[in-house]
Amino acid sequence: MMTTTVPAWFADLQDEARAEYDTHPMPSRRDETWRFGNLKQLDFGGYTPDEGSEIRFSIPELPDGVICVPFEEALEKHSDLVQKYFMRNEPRLGSQKFAALHKANVKNGLFVYVPDNVQVEKPIEVSHVLKGSNKMTFPHTLVVTGKNAQVSVLDRFSSANDDDANICIAVNDLIAGEGSRLTYCAIQELNLVSRMIQINETSVGKDATAKAFTMNSGAQWARNEALSILEGEGAHSDMLSCSIPSGTQQFDQRTFQHHAAPHTNSDLLYKNSLYGNAKTVFSGLILVDEGAHYTDAYQTCRNLMMDDTAEANSMPGLEINADQVKCSHGSTSATISDEEIFYLRARGIPPHKARRLIARGFSAEAVEKLGNEALEDAVLEAVERKFSTL
Amino acid sequence: MSLVIKDLHANIDETQILKGVNLEIPKGEVHAIMGPNGSGKSTLSKIITGHDDYDVKSGTVTMDGVDLLEMDVDERSREGVFLAFQYPAEVPGVSNANFIRAALQARLPDGEELDAVAYYKNLYSKMDVLEMDRKFTSRAVNEGFSGGEKKRNEILQMMMLEPKYCILDETDSGLDIDALKIVAKGVNAMRSEERGFLVITHYQRLLDYIQPDHVHVMSDGQIVKSGGKDLALELEESGYDFLKEGELANA
Ligand SMILES: Nc1ncnc2c1ncn2[C@@H]1O[C@H](COP(=O)(O)OP(=O)(O)O)[C@@H](O)[C@H]1O
Ligand SMILES: [Mg+2]
Repeated sequence: MMTTTVPAWFADLQDEARAEYDTHPMPSRRDETWRFGNLKQLDFGGYTPDEGSEIRFSIPELPDGVICVPFEEALEKHSDLVQKYFMRNEPRLGSQKFAALHKANVKNGLFVYVPDNVQVEKPIEVSHVLKGSNKMTFPHTLVVTGKNAQVSVLDRFSSANDDDANICIAVNDLIAGEGSRLTYCAIQELNLVSRMIQINETSVGKDATAKAFTMNSGAQWARNEALSILEGEGAHSDMLSCSIPSGTQQFDQRTFQHHAAPHTNSDLLYKNSLYGNAKTVFSGLILVDEGAHYTDAYQTCRNLMMDDTAEANSMPGLEINADQVKCSHGSTSATISDEEIFYLRARGIPPHKARRLIARGFSAEAVEKLGNEALEDAVLEAVERKFSTL
Repeated sequence: MSLVIKDLHANIDETQILKGVNLEIPKGEVHAIMGPNGSGKSTLSKIITGHDDYDVKSGTVTMDGVDLLEMDVDERSREGVFLAFQYPAEVPGVSNANFIRAALQARLPDGEELDAVAYYKNLYSKMDVLEMDRKFTSRAVNEGFSGGEKKRNEILQMMMLEPKYCILDETDSGLDIDALKIVAKGVNAMRSEERGFLVITHYQRLLDYIQPDHVHVMSDGQIVKSGGKDLALELEESGYDFLKEGELANA
């Protein structure tokens, strides 16, 4: 594949990142951020970094001034902007080493910049299709909104076929400027022999609203690290997820709600429906800085155990250093009660359809919070695709 | 054409609850069962519906000649049995509209899709009869509903599913007089030659609004007395004390 010339700053950054990757130790059992995690999945031996994935864009008509280009083109044409926002902060949730690997190898992805007071109504959609076998790909999505701007972006991750094992290490940087509304949604439907690490970092400015949604359906193992930093007063962040692991799939979710300014609020809702021998880990942290008064932070992880062979681990955490703070965190694991099933059956709904109806409703509760019909439909379709395999 | 219960004996765990119930509800008739708490009224209704907490020891339940006890719960419902529960379950996450839609969809042959537009039109018109706010379509089934709202929701389902035999278990409890009239209006609108009703109630009040053709008294797992609708009034006057005093012989 032809390589375009990258700016010097970026070439330097990639050199540094290569060195960083070597110096960062591999995660170990002792790391709090990898507790209950499956470290065996981090053996990437035999995989080669490559532009294995095919990337397709589906871009609606855009108002003047909006930049929406492939990442490599952005490096060439909007170097300053990319430099300003690209992976500004160190990941805090355990994947520093893999973020460095991403940085060292990233070539493709999407760059979106929406200038002040410009609204993009329809979602911008990117589809990453993993191809070839034993390849590693590093898609990057960087979305920046100016003052009072609005945009929504959908990232899809899938595999070209069912048998080729690949690894995808994706990073998405979301920077929501003052008063803006930024919605991001990722739908992960890799094949069952591939692995995924997704590192999400969201910065929310004054009076801005950011929503980040992750739907996990595929992959033998997926690790999601989501960090939202509420930087400006009045910032609001929704962190949402719905995942449906089945068989021997394992999903490992780590979240961080960082309230760095007063009058900020964050709302996290993760919903997992687990089938078969699936396993999930959820570890969530809320941090309220000194001075970040009048903060509301909510964190909820709900697991619906569809089979008693599945396993869900939840580890909520709180650190509050300010006053006048409303925080709550909780996790629940429940099965569908016999009474619910009986009730649905007593209305003529066959048992498997009754269970499906409840599981669908369970996922939908997180999806509805997206507040964007096109994205909600896209996620619900992925939910149905998953159900059709069960 | 009727729902026929013959010599039904049933246990829960080792305890005998039903001790030989005999009852026939022909289409076109409304039968009421009254009786003190704990006499087995809800047990009877749940056994007809197919709840598996109960062991049927002997006896039969047939609907228009078909053996109900051989069928699964959902199959019985699709065949035309409906129970408005005394204590309806809550189903978090599933909207009322999607629930009723799934129930109707389950009655269609494979590959046939329910017409969504016609469905909502029908649903709204039934809700109007029951004076239910439209917001109940999107709320999770019975979750956070008041007692009265749950009962109305049961009748809504009954009106939507148009069963052949309807059993109403203490639908009046939790309803104030206005709500009771509304629910009765819904039930009465469904009375027809094609449909049988079994109305279970502790109080005579409901029967002022849903006038029964026959009234039965249940006590300790048996029907101990049957009569016309006047029997309900008599019971209202004299209560169930006669059951203890061995006046059954005069029944
Ligand atoms: N699930 C149950 N477990 C144990 N006992 C039960 C159960 N359901 C009903 N019973 C008992 O069976 C008897 C009849 O109950 P029920 O049918 O609910 O009476 P009714 O509806 O006439 O008030 C009561 O003694 C009650 O305690
Ligand atoms: Mg009862």
